[in-house]
Amino acid sequence: MAFQTPLAKVRGLGSAKAGTHHFWMQRVTAIALIPLSLWMVFYTEQLLTASHEEMRAWLAGPIDTTIAIAWVIAAFYHAALGLQVVMEDYIHTEGLKIAAIGLMKLTFFFCALVAIVVIFRISLTG
Amino acid sequence: MVEFSLPKNSVLKKGKSFPAPEGAVNIRRFEVYRWNPDRGENPRVDGYDIDMDSCGPMVLDAIIKIKNEIDSTLTFRRSCREGVCGSCSMNVNGKNTLACIKAIDDYKGTIKVFPLPHMDVVKDLVTDMTNFYAQYSSIKPWIETQTPAPDRERLQSKEERKKLDGLFECVLCACCSASCPSYWWNSDKYLGPAVLLQASRWLVDSRDENTGERLDELEDTYKLYRCHTIMSCTDTCPKGLNPAKAIAGIKKMLVIRQQG
Repeated sequence: MAFQTPLAKVRGLGSAKAGTHHFWMQRVTAIALIPLSLWMVFYTEQLLTASHEEMRAWLAGPIDTTIAIAWVIAAFYHAALGLQVVMEDYIHTEGLKIAAIGLMKLTFFFCALVAIVVIFRISLTG
Repeated sequence: MVEFSLPKNSVLKKGKSFPAPEGAVNIRRFEVYRWNPDRGENPRVDGYDIDMDSCGPMVLDAIIKIKNEIDSTLTFRRSCREGVCGSCSMNVNGKNTLACIKAIDDYKGTIKVFPLPHMDVVKDLVTDMTNFYAQYSSIKPWIETQTPAPDRERLQSKEERKKLDGLFECVLCACCSASCPSYWWNSDKYLGPAVLLQASRWLVDSRDENTGERLDELEDTYKLYRCHTIMSCTDTCPKGLNPAKAIAGIKKMLVIRQQG
């Protein structure tokens, strides 16, 4: 039995005073991904024909290394922001939701880190 | 987690059928959702064949005719019959609308009348608006000022007044909120398009002095940012308003406040 008023239920714990940064970064990363992904498509298309040594030499170029890392950061950040929204939409058990979002963010951070290390290894050591 | 299928006691059953009176030639069939909380039965769909030669032109006219002449147990809300009170909001042929301003001739064939989707049903076409009204109340839909009240009315230029156009016309029928998938999943926390349009109405009012505090209250992952720009609200609004644009305006104000 709960005698909480409808207004008390609706007001709940109040506003989190958050969400605008998330909203803004989702748009910023989306726009950044347009040119970065065009580069990525162009690069991966070369994979079909170029030799291993050609690809390695290309990725080792300072600008290409930078763009590749920028794409990894933007793509994983954008994906984590998007997946967080989906989880907030559909997981209604608070504890499970918080744990799932935390785990998802750690996984994406780790994957991005691995990708960046790999790019550096190719770029610096071949 | 979200439930994607109806619970067993909500599954629709075929109901009674009421044929048109003998001699009727201009007949339209209405299929209406029926549920009585006192019976303990599943909801059913009753069919009514109506003689259109003795019925008004709007969907609400047909529903009133059913109640007056065919089946007095049919329960629904209505008042002004001209799209001003917002009482007769319901789902007609899959789209939320006000039955009083929707012409029967706009539809072909059978007309299916259901309560607003994803709202708790009180009886037949009457839904429980408690949460919706509490959400409306939570945004403080009244003027808030710091300046002491003037001796005369609060002045507003024509340009300032124009900013309220497209917002003040909302009659709080809840058609938009009940059409929003995001509101379906999270109506306990997400304010929904109707209430956010009303919040926008007070944010842009030149006479209100609490814009910052209003934005503080709205800046929330759930209250505002569950809007994913699905646009069902704008598509369904029987008054032709654009709640999606109003919500985008709130988000824009918050971004300008933070990034500007």
